[in-house]
Amino acid sequence: MALTKEITLSRLQDKFGDAILSHDEPYGLLTIEVPADRNLDVIGFLKNESDLAFGYLTDLCAVHMPDQKGREIAVVYHLHSLTNNVRIRIKCWLPESNTEIASATGLYAGANWMERETYDFFGVRFLGHPNLKRILNVDHMEIFPMLKQYPLEDSSREDKDDRFFGR
Amino acid sequence: MAEQSIFGEENIQSENKQYNTLNLGPTHPATHGVFQNILQMDGEIIMSSEATIGYIHRAFEKLAEHRPFYQVTPITDRLNYCSSPINNIGWHLTVEKLLGVETPKKVDYMRVIVMELSRIADHIVCNTVIGVDTGALTGFTYMFQERERIYDIFEQMCGARLTTNIGRIGGFERDFSAKTIQMIRDFLSGFPKRFDEFEGMLLRNRIFMDRIINVGPISGERALEYSFSGPNLRAAGVDYDVRVMNPYCSYNDFDFTIPVGTSGDTYDRFCVRQAEIRESLKIIEAALNNMPEGKFVADCPEFYLPAKKDVYSSMEALIWHFKIVMGEVDLPKGEVYHSVEGGNGEVGYYLISDGGRTPYRLHFRRPCFIYYQAYPEMIKGSMLSDAILTMSSMNVIAGELDA
Repeated sequence: MALTKEITLSRLQDKFGDAILSHDEPYGLLTIEVPADRNLDVIGFLKNESDLAFGYLTDLCAVHMPDQKGREIAVVYHLHSLTNNVRIRIKCWLPESNTEIASATGLYAGANWMERETYDFFGVRFLGHPNLKRILNVDHMEIFPMLKQYPLEDSSREDKDDRFFGR
Repeated sequence: MAEQSIFGEENIQSENKQYNTLNLGPTHPATHGVFQNILQMDGEIIMSSEATIGYIHRAFEKLAEHRPFYQVTPITDRLNYCSSPINNIGWHLTVEKLLGVETPKKVDYMRVIVMELSRIADHIVCNTVIGVDTGALTGFTYMFQERERIYDIFEQMCGARLTTNIGRIGGFERDFSAKTIQMIRDFLSGFPKRFDEFEGMLLRNRIFMDRIINVGPISGERALEYSFSGPNLRAAGVDYDVRVMNPYCSYNDFDFTIPVGTSGDTYDRFCVRQAEIRESLKIIEAALNNMPEGKFVADCPEFYLPAKKDVYSSMEALIWHFKIVMGEVDLPKGEVYHSVEGGNGEVGYYLISDGGRTPYRLHFRRPCFIYYQAYPEMIKGSMLSDAILTMSSMNVIAGELDA
C-alpha cells in the first residue's frame, strides 16, 4: 500500500505518542511539531524505517517569532520521501535563551551547510555539527541578522518614513 | 639494509609532508563567478579543499520581509540569474498557492513556454562553458547567439532580458504578441540545427570524452544524502524531477522524458543537460500548438495591477492600482512550501504570511547552495584542472549560492 500522509502520521503517533505535540496540514503539507530534544529520534525514524523512507532533506531553516514567549525560534525541517512522494514538515520550537538543538548532519550530509546558514542568521547552535561557523556573513559579525529585533536599515534614519513603504 | 632505510625515509617524509596551499578564487577567470576555494595541493593533486562563500550575499530573505509580495519578484530574478523567469514564476505560483488563486489553462501553457525557454538558456550556459573549460571556445560563441535569441524573446514578452521580472501574480501582464509567437516559432525551427552542430562537435569527440569522463563523479546515494536536485542528481541516476513528481502549471499535460545518467560525472551532467534541452524543445512546441483560448491572467484583482489605460480612466482601477502598489491588500495567514524545477534543481519557496503586507518569513531553497557543499568531496584526489571542470559542470551560480 502506498504511503500517505495519514499513514505517516499514524505511524509517528504510534511510535512517539505524546511527543507529536501537534499536527496540521496547511496547504496540503503534513506538518508536525515535536520537542526540540526529540528531533533526531523522529527524523531518524522517518528516514530509516523502510516503509517511510524520508531519505531526502529538502530544506532546513528557522523562523523567529519573538511574541511567543518561551518558544521564539522554530527550526523547520522539510523532508521528502522520494519513493512515496510524500512530504513532511517538522517544527521544533526553541526558547530564545537556549537555542541548542541536535545536528542532523549524521543523518543527512546535506544538512551541513543548511545548519550553518541557520546558525549564521538565527544563532541556532546545532550540537554535534562538525564545522558550525558563519557561512554567508562575515566572520566578525556580532549579531544574528535574521532575528526580528534587527532592522533592515539603520533605524536612526529620518529621511524615510517606513510606514508608507511597507517596511 | 639500504632498502629498508629508504622505505623508512619515505614514511617519515609522508608523515611530515607539506602541502601547498592554493587560493582558487575569489576572482579567477576559470571559476565563472565569485567562488573561493582554499586547496591543499600535493603537486597537481587536490588533497583537501574548503569553500568560502557569501561574497555576493545580498540578504534577500531579510529584504523580502520588508517588501510586498509583488516586489519580491525582482529579488528572485537575482537568485539564479541564468534562468530568472523560472524563479519569478516559482514565486508567483507560491503566492497563488497561498491565496488560492486558480490560473486559467492558458496562463499555465504560457508559463511552461517561458520556463522551458529559460531552462534551455540555462543549460546552454552550463554546457558551452564545459566546452570552454576543455578548450573548445567555438561552441560557446555560437551557442551564445542562440541564447541571445531566447533573451530577445523575453525582451519581446516583458521588456527585460536578464533580470526579467516576468509575469505577475495570477498570470502575465500581457498576452504573447503575434511577433513573440513568431519569434518562438523561428527559434524552434532554427535552434535544433545549430544545436545538433554544437552537439556533434562535442558529444562523441574523443578528446572531449577523455577529458571529462570520470571527472568529478558522485554516486546516486551520495547525491541524495547531499540533497542534490536537478540535472546533477539525474546525472547520478536518480530520476527526481519536480515537474513530474509534483506537477505544477499543467506539466502533466505534456509528454516528455526525464534523461538520467549513471555515474554522475561531468560527462553525464553534460549529456543530461543536452538531452533536457531537446525535451524542453518538445514541451515548448506542444504548448505552443495546443495553446488554449482564454485569458492570460487569473481573476485576482487584489494582486493583479490593472491595465494602465483603465487606471487613467476608471476609479476602481485607480483604487486597486494604489492599493496594490502601496501593499494595502489583505492577505491570508498561513505557511506554504512550493517548489519548481529550476535550471539547477528544486527551487523552493517557504513562505510564512501573518496577514501583514509583507512576508513574515520567506526562505529560498536554493539548489546551488545545497549541492555546492559536496564540491570538496567531489574534487578530492583529482587534478586542479578537473576541479575547474567539475565546478562548471555543476553549474554553480553565485547569485543562487549566496542569495
